Amino acid sequence: MRTLAGIWRNLPLKAKAGAVLFGVFALAAIIGPEVAPYDPSYANPDPSLLMARPSAQHLLGTTQTGQDVLSQLLVGIRLTIELALLVGIIATALSVAVGVTSAFLGGVWDEILSLVSNVFLVIPALPLLILVLGYLPQKGQLPTIIVLSVLGWPWGARVIRAQTLMVRSRDFIAASRESGEKAWRIIAFEIIPNEVSLIAASFVNTVLYAIGTSVALAFVGLTDLNSWSLGTILYWAQSQQALQLGAWWWFVPPGLAVALIGTSLVLLNVGIDELGNPRLRASRGAAKVAGRRVWATDPTPVLAQLTAGRGRLAAFARSFSRSSLIDETPAGGELR
Amino acid sequence: MPFIVRRLAFYLVAAWVAITANFFIPRAMPGNPVESVVAKYPNLTPDAIKALELMLGGGQQGSLWSQYVTYLGHVFTFNFGADIANFPTPVSSLLAQTIPWTLTLVGVATVIAFAAGTGLGILAGWRHGGWLDRSLPGLMFLQAVPYFFLALVLVDVVGVELHWLPTGQGYNGAATQPGWDWAFIASAVQHAVLPAFTIVITSVAGWMLQMRNVMITTIGEDYVVAAQAKGLPSRRVIYTYAARNALLPQLQGFGLALGFVVSGALVMEIVFAYPGIGLLLLNAVSSDDYPLMQAIFLVITFTVLVANLIVDMVIVFFDPRVRAREATR
Repeated sequence: MRTLAGIWRNLPLKAKAGAVLFGVFALAAIIGPEVAPYDPSYANPDPSLLMARPSAQHLLGTTQTGQDVLSQLLVGIRLTIELALLVGIIATALSVAVGVTSAFLGGVWDEILSLVSNVFLVIPALPLLILVLGYLPQKGQLPTIIVLSVLGWPWGARVIRAQTLMVRSRDFIAASRESGEKAWRIIAFEIIPNEVSLIAASFVNTVLYAIGTSVALAFVGLTDLNSWSLGTILYWAQSQQALQLGAWWWFVPPGLAVALIGTSLVLLNVGIDELGNPRLRASRGAAKVAGRRVWATDPTPVLAQLTAGRGRLAAFARSFSRSSLIDETPAGGELR
Repeated sequence: MPFIVRRLAFYLVAAWVAITANFFIPRAMPGNPVESVVAKYPNLTPDAIKALELMLGGGQQGSLWSQYVTYLGHVFTFNFGADIANFPTPVSSLLAQTIPWTLTLVGVATVIAFAAGTGLGILAGWRHGGWLDRSLPGLMFLQAVPYFFLALVLVDVVGVELHWLPTGQGYNGAATQPGWDWAFIASAVQHAVLPAFTIVITSVAGWMLQMRNVMITTIGEDYVVAAQAKGLPSRRVIYTYAARNALLPQLQGFGLALGFVVSGALVMEIVFAYPGIGLLLLNAVSSDDYPLMQAIFLVITFTVLVANLIVDMVIVFFDPRVRAREATR
């Protein structure tokens, strides 16, 4: 437990914020359907409840057919997050498999696998997904998960391949090779543990891709429209003219939920980035030196301050300036 | 082999993969797409059904290989057959009507977003920890907003509530007709403001974040320190020394990000009822218009590949190392 707390304390602020925000939605995904006040599909025939504004009974109002928007949201978050996490797990596993294999085998296999990932990176994903899903007679959660996973691995594979090439050339890998370790042992116990942060970043990125793409696909109508996900709520809002009728309470909550889940993932990703590259952490901005705001990238602050506006002497003094004189990283062991 | 030739070869392979996937997807899927189309549109002529079978498989067409060869021939002559939902309008004329809209909108908006994001990224990276840099989490929220959702909100606020700008269609069909006259262009620009704004707002943060990160790394390089030590003006150090080099990874990322922008813009068109290829694609999906879906996929892919090739040429222009490597070979 102490180590967990320690890891948490050392996380960059952005990663913490992202984790908390994502945690809120994960919680909603777990308990949402149980705490939903109504059946999301139940169309209340009461005419005063058609397209009703938010009220005490219906906190987020109702749809054109009298369904409760809050219940739809609480049920919908689960399906969207469940899909995104499954796609994230499957696609990242594929990325690791392809990336590590590619870098480890080298030669022709590497060329072929790299070519395949590059080709699928350059072909725009959404039109291809629409094409594939458009032909499927049975649309729904499972086909979408499979298709998104199959098309979602190339980015991660590329990054992991590059990292594996680097790790592979290190001395400790050569040492374990010399000592007769089997290839799979080297991969599983020497290489992959050295890529955990990269794999995590790749996973977060893939989840982000899965949420954005699955919601867009549902919005286009390429999903099981009888199930409730964030995308299908938006689909029904659009197709039943919520916009033209000014029913903002119908389409704003699901869209906002998608945006906030996305933000939490971007924050997590940037946080992971900063963990690996402490330079990227926000420094404390301008420092006060001798009563003047000075930036890390400014010329030597003290000299500049003393000699400001003194013509040739100032220019001479400035010529010694170095950005490194002000420590960019805050004190306290950033370079862990 | 020169850089550009190598890239060209790669894009040809990518185009071939897209064409081949386009050929095999309908044949590999469960069910018979031709039968479902014929069931839905009973008044198709036998000629049209034959063309459909060539496109989607099924029927007696000879070996798979000979079907593939005929299909390739059709793709290279941009012969995508007749559209089934709007029979007998050829698919290619539907494409020709819609592509200019999307290409202009997405092209202009992406260039604006790229330029603005790169500029802001330079400043945020240089003043690391400044107010611009600290506003990044807010911008990340905008980046995570789905294009079509921002479009919905904009239509609701700017269009329905405030009546500032038109929210649908590409131009005012009641007042003008497409043509190179002032009234039409003014109307088209007015209708494009909100869609373009949507693209710029949602994609600017991504460019900015990437440029900022590369800038911060570049500023630590020795040659930037040396430039400062020489006493060069900050402006010159920022733009000529740091930003110019930081721009290269940014350009390389441009090609890959383009696919995302295009995908987002396609769905966004639906909200604005913009007469581009995204709306055409949605209509094709909802009416099971398979030949149109396939042609749209190919056209979008080809456009993205050509755009990537152009970006590669720009990289050759900006990066002397690429040219130097060619000269020594």
